[in-house]
Amino acid sequence: MKKKLALIDALKSGKRIYNTILILVCLLMPLIAPAIGQEFYTDVFARIMIWAIAAISLNLIMGYGGMISFGHAVFLGIGGYTVGILAFHGIESAYIQWPLALLISGLFALLIGTICLRTKGVYFIMITLAFAQMVYFLSLSLEIYGSDDGLNIDSRSDFGLSFFDLSEPMTMYYLIFAVMIGCLYLTHRLVNSRFGMVIRGSMSNDDRMHSIGYSTYSYKLAAFVIAGVMCGLAGVLSANFEDFISPDTMFWPRSGELIFMVVLGGMGTIFGPLGGAIIFWMLAEILSNITAQWHLIFGPFLILVVLFARGGVEGLIGKWGLGRDRTDP
Amino acid sequence: MNYVLLAEQLFNGFQLGIILFLMAAGLTLIFGIMDLVNLAHGTLYMFGAFFAATVAAWTGSFTWAILLAIPLALIAGIILEVVVLRTLYVRNHLDQVLATFGLIIFFNELFLVVFGAGGVALRLPPELEGITALGGGVTVPTYRLFIIVMGLIVAIGLYFLVVKTRIGMLIRAGASNREMVGALGIDIKLLYTAVFGLGAALAGFAGMIVAPITQAQSGMGEDVLILAFVVIVIGGIGSIRGAFVASIVVGVIDTMGRSFIDVALLAVMPVNAADTAGPAISSMLIYLIMAGILAFKPQGLFPPRGA
Repeated sequence: MKKKLALIDALKSGKRIYNTILILVCLLMPLIAPAIGQEFYTDVFARIMIWAIAAISLNLIMGYGGMISFGHAVFLGIGGYTVGILAFHGIESAYIQWPLALLISGLFALLIGTICLRTKGVYFIMITLAFAQMVYFLSLSLEIYGSDDGLNIDSRSDFGLSFFDLSEPMTMYYLIFAVMIGCLYLTHRLVNSRFGMVIRGSMSNDDRMHSIGYSTYSYKLAAFVIAGVMCGLAGVLSANFEDFISPDTMFWPRSGELIFMVVLGGMGTIFGPLGGAIIFWMLAEILSNITAQWHLIFGPFLILVVLFARGGVEGLIGKWGLGRDRTDP
Repeated sequence: MNYVLLAEQLFNGFQLGIILFLMAAGLTLIFGIMDLVNLAHGTLYMFGAFFAATVAAWTGSFTWAILLAIPLALIAGIILEVVVLRTLYVRNHLDQVLATFGLIIFFNELFLVVFGAGGVALRLPPELEGITALGGGVTVPTYRLFIIVMGLIVAIGLYFLVVKTRIGMLIRAGASNREMVGALGIDIKLLYTAVFGLGAALAGFAGMIVAPITQAQSGMGEDVLILAFVVIVIGGIGSIRGAFVASIVVGVIDTMGRSFIDVALLAVMPVNAADTAGPAISSMLIYLIMAGILAFKPQGLFPPRGA
């Protein structure tokens, strides 16, 4: 009953329309961009969708699980470097690159998750940041892989299919699009499953979840690993799309920007991270056209959003109410 | 590997540890008392460096630079607290992280625009430029010795402030129970501003004192900030004693790792492999140690009492 009411609420609000527009814009950008004479917007949106995937994965742990990771961009780097390093050594098969990248991302998430999740709150923020810096410094120290100059990737992942060639721009674009839709769907299924309920329950009251018999640690760890793998996948796509990977991809401000995308779009909502990624990059695009010192405007903007627009865009558009809790982590 | 080199590196590590302590002490106080995650603490460090470099450029006097940079950093910190950070105390950690991230973005860009990418150099007076013999054939740069002496004086001063004075008593009381301090009629707002100012002054002092070595540069604060995070995670959040021990440990291990791991690896692997693995391992060393400590003591080495 409650769910039905919430659904009606959702229909009433502009939410559906907003979400549909987001998806349509991404789907049709290769047509829209040439039509408005701004061809480069296709590339901009490919990049936006890659960051959106990363933001979606962060939202899974931060928006639904209350785990504020300030090192999430590290998985972009891990995924990207796995592809880059394999390509550097002449291994271009996607069937090796992709599973290996996801495996390493997952293992790293498992490793740091095991340690980070033993701690809470501010410790978690600092430790995730520290581990991300560790991998960042590691990538800086690897001179054979370009150190801080980054690593050029000569050819994109090879799927061995003539009709599925990633060097074809449209194939690349719609692969990114498809992966993003997949991640949105997966998030939707996850957070509404029993597993998702446990994660969300532990976010609003961990002690209570414990007392009704859930070992939330393992649930959170599982969510952390899923998010790591998903973000690693974004890294794989990024390396392929940019034909390049550099330590900067996982420098700590990138993690901060990911958090901002999630908050800007609306934490703990399915489409929030996508909206946040679009607004973030469009804003960066517009501001950097106005002035090269656009960070002077961007920094205060970020502060104002935090101080005055806490629910993000989704919060501004209307209340969703699908059992979503707004408890602060 | 001879003992002279070892002693010199130990000395350098100690010096890094002192800088880390100055940062970590403020961070851990601010977190312990106001429950504020302040990413912009590195910005205060940068303030100190730029204030010192600018004052030195205007007056041509290193002494004036040192004397003025700390009060200026203190004032900048208080302004920052009153304008932005005060409103964040009641917010959750996520809001605090994001808003202070915004501050970093703004100030790094501002200093980049005003002072350029090269930053500002701070020249040492001739009497601090040379090297000093410590005996036993060990020589160290005089200025690094100066940093350690000054840092230790500040650390001892901080100890007396926190343990022996009335304001220190309030700080300790605030760290263990904020509400109670407020209920007892202490002006908690003023206490918060004072603590933040103290943290700002410590960070400004750290930035000022390393400026002659590193130059005052936009973005200089964040590397130190992240190391300071590692320090307070290892030391236990809210504990100044823990911050001191962990600072020295992190400073020494990091410095020693960078100097000796390649040499040590040469004993067990071929030159090529050691050349690659050496820098890789030494850059990860302190994080690995942090992971190891957290695996056994999630609260850090000196967890604050009553928390």
